[in-house]
Amino acid sequence: MGQEITNIPKGVGLANLEVFASTLESLAQADKTVFAVTSDSRGSGKLVAFGQKLPEQIVEVGIAEQNLVGVATGLASMRKKVFAVSPACFLTARALEQIKNDVCYSDNPVKLIGISAGVSYGALGSTHHSLHDYAVLRAINNITIIAPADNFETAEAIRQAAAMDSPVYLRFGKKNMPEKIEEVEHATSFEVGKGRVVKEGSDLTFIATGEAVWPCLKAAQKLAEEHQISATVVSMHTIKPLDQRLILQLASQNTPIITVEEHSVYGGLGEAVGSVLLQNGCHNKFKIVGLPDEHTVSGSQGEIFEHYGISEKGLTQSALNILG
Amino acid sequence: MNIKELEEKSKAYRKKILKYIYNAKAGHTGGSLSIIDILNVLYNKVLNVSPENFNSSEKDIYIQSKGHCVEALYVVLADKGFFPEDDLLTLCQYQSPYIGHPTKKIKGMEQNTGGLGHGLSICCGSALAAKKDQSDVKVYTVLGDGEMAEGSNWEAFMFAAHYKLDNLCAILDYNKLQITAPNADVMGLEPLDKKLEAFGWAVRHVDGNDVEALVNTFDALPFEEGKPSFIIAHTTKGKGVSYMENVLKWHHGVPTAEQYELALAEIDG
Repeated sequence: MGQEITNIPKGVGLANLEVFASTLESLAQADKTVFAVTSDSRGSGKLVAFGQKLPEQIVEVGIAEQNLVGVATGLASMRKKVFAVSPACFLTARALEQIKNDVCYSDNPVKLIGISAGVSYGALGSTHHSLHDYAVLRAINNITIIAPADNFETAEAIRQAAAMDSPVYLRFGKKNMPEKIEEVEHATSFEVGKGRVVKEGSDLTFIATGEAVWPCLKAAQKLAEEHQISATVVSMHTIKPLDQRLILQLASQNTPIITVEEHSVYGGLGEAVGSVLLQNGCHNKFKIVGLPDEHTVSGSQGEIFEHYGISEKGLTQSALNILG
Repeated sequence: MNIKELEEKSKAYRKKILKYIYNAKAGHTGGSLSIIDILNVLYNKVLNVSPENFNSSEKDIYIQSKGHCVEALYVVLADKGFFPEDDLLTLCQYQSPYIGHPTKKIKGMEQNTGGLGHGLSICCGSALAAKKDQSDVKVYTVLGDGEMAEGSNWEAFMFAAHYKLDNLCAILDYNKLQITAPNADVMGLEPLDKKLEAFGWAVRHVDGNDVEALVNTFDALPFEEGKPSFIIAHTTKGKGVSYMENVLKWHHGVPTAEQYELALAEIDG
């Protein structure tokens, strides 16, 4: 039997991107060493107000992502707390060598903010999608990778990342997300590196990240209401370092595990979780839901999610299939 | 340090570069010999950097974008007392921190470099931070002529001029040879001074293997208020060893015992 839902997520909140911008602005107001560096991206990064209120703390580099990360590195090396803000697709592909060498290898604590991540840009097409960022960054030493699910996680992630003396990549999308995805009382805390169980269940587990957590919760609710199936939902907001302890604890229930992410099925959360399971002798039924290795279908983020089963309907079906 | 003393330093540095490359059986010989006079003048006449002030926010900053010529930088940093020179006997050996590119594991190194086209952008960020802090910190980098083809450098050229970073100076080690062939054959740079001036930099030419000329050029910084400075330092790859000068194979050639002795004799002579 599904657990009774005690705390349905509060309506639709803001885009995580907007929460990022307001959180950064409040950090920057309190600390003059906080800087935003943008690549003609202050509009899409929701930083127009930041730029107007704190003009001395925003640095514009123009459409030049390699220089964005290099300049951010130089500022960080001079004791500034730097947030380099650029669309995730360009930041993590065009400037990858600067991220690898200047930020990670050289130990400069730049915060890399990938905006409009995944398929947020929808019908603008694959040039503007970032479905590779977890994969490439996971293979680079010395970086924390975070994809917050909701407004609450976004604000907490920004605050905690700002206090970290090491490189961090955060990515979020444009779509409005719930203020706080949460059905269990003790899910309130957010800690980098610790997955957040937002719903508890006994028949299967969804381990999801970023904007893919919300459709998992909707599927879990449908499974409970229509199929008497009780699903656990975890927001694995930190993809690296991965919360291995929580994964093994969930695996010990011997129920199926489905991972869900707005990323290629190659090299992302799913393969990371699979690696933990296999190397620890866990034989749970297992499925990775993400974007397949093909030219991505065109459409809005919602339509693309629907097409590839990152949706209430698709994930409900995946759960039914895996439970056989 | 007067000019005569600087010239003696350059000779000593050249011999040490060859000593440690010969010992390691690895290194970028030709380029290290071409940039050494620039590093000599920077560290002995220009930069406010020492082992004592290295962690201070007031010291100057040197980031070597042309990372592969690290042997020249190691030799100068050892001479300045950042670490014992004998450490360089481990150059490029298993588990040695003295690897073939600049690394922050070694005191005196500002950043890890080696991928080309990275140093100038970082310098831009540091120079901008110094401006914001209203500090007197000056920022310097040495670029290789081959790496001028990296697009990231040109992003940084635009940035430095836009932000009027006259506390930034980039020096080009213009020995005119890269690993494949002369720059002019691989990817021509000329007319370089006009390009950089068009990008908003103040540009000067200098003989980059003439320490006196280098001292005079650095003394004139910034060349123009409100503009970043670019020094086109005309150098000779393999400078100081006749059989290495302008010979492509010495890009990362390692001398035999006989060649090594011959080189030392020539430098002393």
